[in-house]
Amino acid sequence: MLSRVADSLYWMSRYLERAENTVRQLDVTMGLMLETGGSSLEERWQRLMKALGRPDEMEWNGDLEGLARELVFDSLNPLSVTFAVNGARENARQVREEISSEQWQRLNRLFHQMHSPHAQAQFRTSINDALASIVDGIHLFKGVSDTTMIHGQGWQFIRFGRYLERAYATATLLEIYQPYLLHEHERDHSGYQYLEMVGLLRCCTSFEAYCQVYTADVSPDRILEFLLLNEDFPHAIRYTVDGMRDAVHGIQRTGGRRASDDLIAVIGRLQASLGYTTIGEILAGDPAAFLHKIREECTRIHDLIHRYYVQYSIQSALAS
Amino acid sequence: MSAGPTVELETLFGDYPLDKAFDEMRESTGEVRPHYRALAEALAKLPQEELQRRKQSADLSFLTQGITFTVYGRDEGTERIFPYDLLPRLVTAAEWDRIERGLTQRITALNQFLKDVYSDAKILSDKVVPRDLVYSCKHYRRQMRGLQVPRNVYIAVVGSDLLRVGEGEYVVLEDNLRVPSGVSYMLTNRRVMKRTFPQLFHSYGVRPIEHYPQLLLATLRSLAPEGRPEPNIVLLTPGVFNSAYFEHTYLARQMGIDLVEGRDLVTHDNVVYMRTTDGLKRVDVIYRRVDDDFSDPLIFRSDSALGCAGLFNAYRAGNVTVTNAFGTGLADDKAVYAYVPKIIRYYLNEDPILPNVETYLLGEEKERQHVLANLEKLVVKAVGESGGYGMLIGPKSTARQREEFARQIEANPRNYIAQPTLDFSRAPCLIGNHLEPRHVDLRPYVLFGDKVNIVPGGLTRVALEKGSLVVNSSQGGGSKDTWVLEN
Repeated sequence: MLSRVADSLYWMSRYLERAENTVRQLDVTMGLMLETGGSSLEERWQRLMKALGRPDEMEWNGDLEGLARELVFDSLNPLSVTFAVNGARENARQVREEISSEQWQRLNRLFHQMHSPHAQAQFRTSINDALASIVDGIHLFKGVSDTTMIHGQGWQFIRFGRYLERAYATATLLEIYQPYLLHEHERDHSGYQYLEMVGLLRCCTSFEAYCQVYTADVSPDRILEFLLLNEDFPHAIRYTVDGMRDAVHGIQRTGGRRASDDLIAVIGRLQASLGYTTIGEILAGDPAAFLHKIREECTRIHDLIHRYYVQYSIQSALAS
Repeated sequence: MSAGPTVELETLFGDYPLDKAFDEMRESTGEVRPHYRALAEALAKLPQEELQRRKQSADLSFLTQGITFTVYGRDEGTERIFPYDLLPRLVTAAEWDRIERGLTQRITALNQFLKDVYSDAKILSDKVVPRDLVYSCKHYRRQMRGLQVPRNVYIAVVGSDLLRVGEGEYVVLEDNLRVPSGVSYMLTNRRVMKRTFPQLFHSYGVRPIEHYPQLLLATLRSLAPEGRPEPNIVLLTPGVFNSAYFEHTYLARQMGIDLVEGRDLVTHDNVVYMRTTDGLKRVDVIYRRVDDDFSDPLIFRSDSALGCAGLFNAYRAGNVTVTNAFGTGLADDKAVYAYVPKIIRYYLNEDPILPNVETYLLGEEKERQHVLANLEKLVVKAVGESGGYGMLIGPKSTARQREEFARQIEANPRNYIAQPTLDFSRAPCLIGNHLEPRHVDLRPYVLFGDKVNIVPGGLTRVALEKGSLVVNSSQGGGSKDTWVLEN
C-alpha cells in the first residue's frame, strides 16, 4: 500500500478517536458540573482541558454553554470535535479510493451533520442528545469500517491509529485524574466522590463493563486496575497496546516486509510493563510517572511507525 | 386521475418555447419526436410531488456519495455537487452509429497526425498543415521528437465535444486530447438515473456504459512496456485540490489501481517507483491526469511540485508508459482543429463523417479583417485554453469587451480563432416543476489501446441558465444522463 495512503488512514482513524474522546469527556464533565458539591466549576473545566492535553487553551469564563459550543463546533480550534471530524474527513478524502463507499458516506454524513444548522439548533435544545448523536455517527463509521472494508493493510493502519490514540488519551486522562482519586478518597463520604469515580469510568465508556467485573463497588485502585491492566476491555490501556501489536503483525502479514525491530521492541516492552505487574506495585511506586511513561512510549511508537512505513529514506529502500 | 395524458403534457410544456435551435424532444411543429414519447408520457403521468421527491432523493444521493467538484477561488464550500438534470437525453441507434464511426475515424487520423509530426513530419513537408502553425503551438513539445511511444498510441483517452446544429446534424466542436474529464459523472449519473426511473429505463432498452472502467484498465494494460506481463498501473493525480479529484479517486477505485500523487513517486536509474509501506515498488503504466507542464520539473515547468522529477527520462527510456503522451495538446489546438478535415483526408483518404464547425484563423489577414468587423456575431476563443476560459461570445458581449479582444487579436493573432455563434440543440430539462428547453452538448469518451473503443453514451452537458450557451461546469453548467437506445 502507498505510504501516503497508510499515513492518511492512520490519521483519519486517530482524528475520529480523538473526536469521540472529546465528546465523551465533555459530556461527563458537564454532567458533573450539575452537582453543587465537590470541585468548583472552574476547577472541573481546567481538569477537562488538561485531560484533553491542552491545559493552557480555552480559559474558564463562566459561560459553560458557550465554551461547550466552542469545544464542539469551532472548526478553527484544534481542540474541537469539528476540527477532528474535519481532519478525519480530509484524510479520508485523500484516500477516497482505499476506503469503502459505505465508510465514505458515513463519514461524509457525520461531516455534514457537524456543519448543519440543525446540529447547532439541537445543541441549544439538548446538549446531551447532540453529543450522543455525534458519538452515534462515529460508532456507525467504526462498525461500517469493520464490516465493509477488506481487512488488509489499510484496515490494520486504521486499527493502529485508533489504539494508539486511545492509549495516549486514556493515559493522559488517568494521569490527570489520579491525584483526585487517590488523595481525596478517604476524606470524602458525601457521595460526590462516587460521582467523580463513575464519571471517570464513563469517560472511557467503561462503567457497565467495570460493574460486570467488580460489581458496582467502585474504588480508586480498582478503577485504575481496570482501565490500566484489563486484558479484555477495549478501552483499557493494556488491551489497546495488545491491539497495536496485533496490528503491526497484521501489517507485516499482509505486506510482506518484516516489521521494524525497534517498533516490535518498544511495543513489547510496553506490553510487558502492563502484563507483568499488579496495581499494588504501581500504586506503591509512582503512578503519575508510570502513566507519563506510557504516554512517552506512545509518542515513540508513533515516530517509529512514521519513519519505518511512511518517511523512510530512498537509499535504504533501494539497497534492500 | 380523470384527465388524459395529453392535457397534462400541455401543463408540463407550459413554458416550452421552440425557436430556430434544433429541439431534441419536439419537432418544429410542436409534436413530440417518436423516441421521446414514452418519456413525455411517463412524466405527464407522474404526480408533481412524486417527481419532486425523486429529484430530492437523487440530490441526496449525490451529496452523500461525495460526488462533487471543486470551484477555484473560494475558501468556504469549495466543494459542490455537480448540478445535473433529472431527465435523460436520448440518442437513437442510428445517430449513435454515425457518432461512433465519425469519432473512430477522427481519433485514428489525429493519432497518425501526432506520430507524423513528432517523427518525419511528412504532412508539413506536403504543406497540408502549415509548418509555422504547428511549431508555434503552445502545446507542441520538442522533447517528444523521435520518441517511440508504445503501440504508437499517443491519445489513449479522448473526450470530444459534439454539438447538434441545423436539422440535428452532429458536429465536432473540439477534441480534448490532453486530460479530458467528466467520465465519472457519466457513470454516476447513470447509477442515480437507474434508481430514479427504473421502469422507464427498462422499457427504453438503453445500451450499458458501466464497463468503461474495465475497458480503460484493459487499454492501459495493452500499452504497458514490453517485458512487463503483470504491469503495475497507477493513476497520477495533481491531488485533492484539483477540480476533478473526485473523478480520479472514482476511476482508481473502479479499476482497483493505486491513485498516486507526484510525491509518492521517485525515479532511480530511469525507473519509476512508488513509495509503499513495503518499500519501493516499480511503476509500469501511468494514467496521467496532470498536465504536461506540471509532470516533470526537470523537463517542463521547474516550479511545479505536482509531478515527479525524472519521469520524462524514464518515459524516454521506455521503462514506463505515460498516457496520454506528452505533447498531444498540439492536435487539439483550436487553430490546428480547423485543419482536422484535411488531416483525415491526408492520412485515411476518406471524407470526414462528422464535420467541423466553421472556423476563422486569425493569422490570415483576410479572415482577421472579416472577424474584426463582425465581432458581435462571432465567438472568439484562445487556441490553447479549455474549460470555457478565454472566450468572447459576440452577441452577449459589451462594446468594451469586444474592444479588449480586438486589441488582443491584433497583438497576437495566432492565439485566437473565431467561429459563428451556433444555435446548437436544446433538450428538455426539469426547471422547478415544469419542462424548459436548455442548450446541450455531448461528450462521448473514446479509448484507444489495441483498438478504438467508445462506450455508447457520454456526458451530456447542459447550460442550466436560461438562454445560456456555456455548458462548462466551471461556468454554471450541469449534466444529464445520456441514453443510447438499442434500436
